[in-house]
Amino acid sequence: MTTATNIATTQVYRVWIKATPQAIWDAITKPEWTDRYGYTGLAEYDLRPGGAFRMVAGPAMESHGFSGPMVDGEVLEADPPRKLVQTWRLLMDPELEAEGFTRLTYEIEEGEGGVTKLTVIHDVEGAPKLAPMVAGEADETGAGGGWAWILSDLKSLLETGKPLAG
Amino acid sequence: MTDDDRVFKALADPTRRFLLDRLFERDGRTLTELESELQMTRFGVMKHLRLLEDAGLVVSRRSGREKLHYLNPVPIRLIHDRWIDKYTERQVSALADLKTELEETA
Repeated sequence: MTTATNIATTQVYRVWIKATPQAIWDAITKPEWTDRYGYTGLAEYDLRPGGAFRMVAGPAMESHGFSGPMVDGEVLEADPPRKLVQTWRLLMDPELEAEGFTRLTYEIEEGEGGVTKLTVIHDVEGAPKLAPMVAGEADETGAGGGWAWILSDLKSLLETGKPLAG
Repeated sequence: MTDDDRVFKALADPTRRFLLDRLFERDGRTLTELESELQMTRFGVMKHLRLLEDAGLVVSRRSGREKLHYLNPVPIRLIHDRWIDKYTERQVSALADLKTELEETA
């Protein structure tokens, strides 16, 4: 059993996906893709420094009783299809919202044989409630498996055309 | 060698599992910190870390002059999602339900 004190303030996740950097960039930034994997939701990005970011509940989330914006933030750096740096705040719970904005970085690097390396760095300093959640520690309570699960699902979607079952 | 082969090979060694356990306890450590917990040369620890990095279980990042090592849980999640789930989900959830029930009545 882990406790929140074990969670570092920077979390790093990496996955190799057989897809182009552009396909991965689109899957992160375009609503028609973001609604198909992980927690789902429709991404709205103004992809320039200072631009707004929102993740709004899509049909799948609405069927679970959620509506409106679920995550918000600001774009800090957008270098398609290589690097995206943004702030990120979860709005689905007042306590999580009160922890404020965290910093999220996506790095996309083309490798050999059509395989692309995606690295997600989530700096969760000052967000002790969010940290275990995005680390997937609340998976058993039905809160999902955090970044590891999101990236596993994204890989499945891009490589097979389908997200993971269930 | 497939990605899964690399993960299983990396995990099939007590020193490498020990390193992963240390990173699970506290992430983002330097080679010097990790080395101090093992009766092994710096070169030996580096070799193990390299194997863990090749398998994707450890990701290293520069922070100023230091190189920090992070545990990457995604490869294990992939194995879990792709085939452990397939065989065990029903049994595991039944066991989890039983555990909850026992703990509540204890």
